[in-house]
Order: sequence, then C-alpha cells, then structure tokens
Amino acid sequence: MRNSFRAGALVALALVAAPALSASLNERLAPCLACHGEKGTSVMPEVPSLGGQPAPYMLVQLFAFREKQRLADPMNDLAQELTNDDLMVISEALAKLPPPVVSGKGADAAKIEKGRVAAQKHRCGFCHNPDMSGHDQIGRIAGQREDYLLKALREYKSGKRAGFDPAMLEVVRDMSDEDFVNVAHLLAHWN
Amino acid sequence: MPLYLTNPAPGQIGGCQNNPSVVPSGKPGEDGMSSIRKCAVFVCAALWTSTVLGQQTPVGGPPQNQAATKLGPIVGSPIPVSADKLPVAKLKVPAGFKVEVYASGVANARSLAVSDKGTVFVGSRLVGAVHAIRIKDGKTEVKPLVSGLQRPNGVAFHKGTLYIAEISRISRIDNVEDKLGTAPKPTVINEQFPKDEQHGWKFIGIGPDEKLYVPVGAPGNVLVPDYKTHAHIRRMNLDGSGMEIIAEGQRNSVGFDWNPVTKEMYFTDNGRDWVSEDGPEDELNRVRANGKKHFGFPYCHQGNFRDPEFGWGMNCADYEPPVALLGGHGASLGMRFYTGSMFPAEYKDAAFIVRHGSWNRTNKIGGDILLAKFNPDGTVKSLEPFLTGFLQDNTYVGRPVDVAQLADGSLLLSDDFNGAVYRISYAK
Repeated sequence: MRNSFRAGALVALALVAAPALSASLNERLAPCLACHGEKGTSVMPEVPSLGGQPAPYMLVQLFAFREKQRLADPMNDLAQELTNDDLMVISEALAKLPPPVVSGKGADAAKIEKGRVAAQKHRCGFCHNPDMSGHDQIGRIAGQREDYLLKALREYKSGKRAGFDPAMLEVVRDMSDEDFVNVAHLLAHWN
Repeated sequence: MPLYLTNPAPGQIGGCQNNPSVVPSGKPGEDGMSSIRKCAVFVCAALWTSTVLGQQTPVGGPPQNQAATKLGPIVGSPIPVSADKLPVAKLKVPAGFKVEVYASGVANARSLAVSDKGTVFVGSRLVGAVHAIRIKDGKTEVKPLVSGLQRPNGVAFHKGTLYIAEISRISRIDNVEDKLGTAPKPTVINEQFPKDEQHGWKFIGIGPDEKLYVPVGAPGNVLVPDYKTHAHIRRMNLDGSGMEIIAEGQRNSVGFDWNPVTKEMYFTDNGRDWVSEDGPEDELNRVRANGKKHFGFPYCHQGNFRDPEFGWGMNCADYEPPVALLGGHGASLGMRFYTGSMFPAEYKDAAFIVRHGSWNRTNKIGGDILLAKFNPDGTVKSLEPFLTGFLQDNTYVGRPVDVAQLADGSLLLSDDFNGAVYRISYAK
C-alpha cells in the first residue's frame, strides 16, 4: 500500500514538474486533485481539502514542501522540482477550487459547543477570519477534514510542524489535546 | 532622565484615542508622556483582565468581528518581488535624502552586515538562506551564500569573518569573501541555545569589546521564563567560548548597537501582545555599567506598566527603565548609530531605529524608520520619524527590518516583505 502510494507519487512528480509548454495546467494539477479531491473536498484520510484556500497560503505551503521546511510524504518529492513561477501558477490555480463541502454527518453538538468555546478563547478567528475562511498566508480551516486538523494541531504542539511563521506554535502552547479534538470537530462541521 | 516613566493618573479615561502613532519627543525635566498615552495605559489597566486570560466575550476586549482579523500576523511571500514592483516611490524621507533600490531578489531580507570591502550579507527568517550582495562592474549581483539553515536571521561581519545565528546555534565562515559562490559550510562555534521557534530567530552583533552578543527571546508572548536559558542577552568570545549572560528580562530583542560616544549598548525590545491596541510599547533600552541588569519582562513593561498577569505586587523601580518608548506593537527591530559623514551634522551619533510594523493592532503603526538623538549622558533627546511610507491605508506595501551603513556614509535598509534592500543617500 505504502509502496504503491509512493510509486504513484513519483508518476505524479513527473507530471507536476513538467515544463509548462509540454503539459497544460490542468494536466499538471491532476496529480494534486487525485489525492486532495477534484472539487476541493478531499476524501482521503489525513489529506487536506484544498478548496477555498487563499493562494498565498498555498504558495507558502508549496514553498515549505520544496525547501523541506515542512515534511509530509509525498509532498516534498512532488514539490522538489518546482520553480518559483511554478509555485505561483499552481497556487493561484488551486485557490480557485470551491470551498470544501461540509457534511453534517457525525456532528456531536456537545463537542461543537466545547470547540466553539476553545476557538474563542484561543482566538482562532482573529487570524483565520471570523468565518474561518483564511486570508493571505493564513489557511482556510472551515470545513477542513477533521483528521487533518487534528494531525496539524498535534504536529504544531510536538514541534514536528514549525509553520512558516511560528504563530501557531504560540497558540497551541496553551491548548490541551481535548481542545484540539473539540476545535477540529467544530471546524470540520463548520457552517 | 528616562522618558515616560510617570504612572498614569486615574480619571483620564475619557477622550482616549486609539492611535498614538509616533512617540513624542520628551524633554529633560518633563515626564515626556503625552496625555493620550497616559490615557491608553489607563484604559489597558481597566480592560485587560478579562481579555488576556482568554475568558469569553470580554467587555471592551478585542473585536470579535471582521476588524479582529486586522490583528493577525502579516507575512510576506517567500518569493521576492521584482524590482519594478518595489514601493520605493512611496517612501518619504526628509529633504535632501533619496531612497533607491539597492538590490531586489533578496528573499525575505532581514539583518544586514557589511564587509569592509562592501559585500552586503543578508540574513533571512523564513527561507533558510543568507544572501550576499556585491556590486560587480557597476551591476548588482545577488546570490545565496548558504542555504538550508534554520531561520538564519542574524549576521555579523568582523575582520573577514561572517557570523551567522540560527535558532539554536552560532557559526562562522572565515575569509568569507574568498568563498562567495562556493557554498561554504559554516563552522559551528556555539550551539548551547534553546531550540524554541517562538522568538527563537536572532539578531547578533559584535561589540567594541570584540565579543559576540546574542539575545535569546522569551519562548512565547508572556510567561515567566527561566532566565538561565531565555529572555536574556549573552556575549561570548569570537570562537564561541566564554559565554555569559549580561542582561535579563528582555522579551525579544532583534536589534542593538553601541553608542559611539558613551560606548554603551542599546537594544530594542518588543512589548507583549494582547493587552491593548496601544501598548505596552516597545522599548529602547540601554545597558549601563552601573545599571540594573533586569529589564522587567514579564513583570513590568515599558518602565511603568505592571503586567496584568505577572505584575501583581512587583515594583517597576526594581528594573532598568527604557530610555525611550517606541509605540505599541510597532515591532522595533534593527537599530544602528550613524557614524558616517554623508548625512548632515545633526545625524552624527544619532540612531536609526526600524519599526517592522504591528500585527496585534487594528490600526497599524510602524513600517518606518525613527531617528533618535541623544544627550551627551546617553539619554534620549528626541525621537522623530525619518523614513515613512511602508504603511499605506492601514496596509503594508513593505516591511522594513534592519539598517546598515555603507563606507560612503549612505544607509541600507532591508525589507523582508518584498525581499529587497534599499539605499538611502543624501546630497545638498
């Protein structure tokens, strides 16, 4: 499973990194969408939805993957050959995907309420917008996959993910794992 | 006498304003603190207890609406802006001065160090590289010197050697100018530093005592640090040996220099966030031989303002007071005394202080260079804006970080938002 995933990523690498003239933009984006969802909503475990993300946020993440400042298989390989122009073109294109579709399935009202209290206490909306839609280099978190949000928060806490700017490290310092669980649940069911 | 050290009097809450902007100059014998500022401090005191502890819907606390997003951090692109799109035409300087682009394509340009041969080394916080700028045959050449480093914000040049500060280590490259373009491997001279990302990026400088000075920030907005490991300034020999702590109670200094007249070290320090729109203010501090060695963090901010969480029962008089206040959340970073002869005589031995610009405010301040002039005893005589224009309609078009003097007396200024270095010159 792991190997075939990796082999797939290498094929994808060849496509994403192909010179602009020999592959259309859509062909170059196909490997991205194969995992992250054709229409902005990911159905793959721990793979984030890219729909509705601000272009500068996408650019910064792609840059961090290329420079190995953020480690996440297979993204480091995929971004390895991209030029600065590639990063800008791809991030602009991906930013046009529609915001992820939020399903009400599995919503736990008590968890959502606890998540709301924690999100307010830790000022999520101050940076991510009151509707959690993100702006500039700050990502959209409304409607994001719950497992990915939880993974990201835990990685900030453990130091595995440093962030482009360390703003999130400061936020998670005073958050408990229970806060992470509740906030991730709130955001995944955001409406 | 230090500026702005009088506690606000009660009853001044009415008529407070939100935007004190540039610090007024103080005169000896006055307390130097405007009524607006006193007001602002008092408002903070009245309102913060509910906000900083993170309780819900604080009365009068930070906005919970779209205005709140103006409080978020602003980070530029890791990809530099092309020369033709740089905001140089928007920058305002006093009559006779001129600003031009010195180099573009310097990704996330942060601290500056100039060699005696004129090579300019530029640290970065977000892209892992130190760049070298050279003028060759009249053309500007920008090349990465080393890459793949961990937030190499700090650079210093001394007698042919470049010193680089990453988050948790200091390294050096000897005879660096013979090694441009060869991707030299820096030699680590000291790695006994905390690994915290928060306030972990460093400014470094070499003092008149030929020692390397390295600040270590507090690992968060506000907390009681272990002063043995954090929230202090260290110095060491140029080979990394003999490290000692020379000052503590600084929150996060990202710029310092030595007064050419008094030889005392001055450093900027960034004030804590989330108390109020206006403050506490960033500080300009002075390390005096006979002064107190603790600068107040986290107990007392800006010399007169006890922290809402940690200041109870503490006495601001126990800490070394700032010599000037630089505005709330303005992010005062690089600062250098001017020793050149190109600028008019009044600039001699004055200090340029760069304000990167605020994030924790709805009405932003900074994005400018302040000019501080000093009395012979080292106290601040005046403080005024020198270069403005990076902030346009409450939006940044660039964010200045550090200044450095070239041999001809002109001044370089880095901009990490656009990835550029500007040159400020003067002609009658």
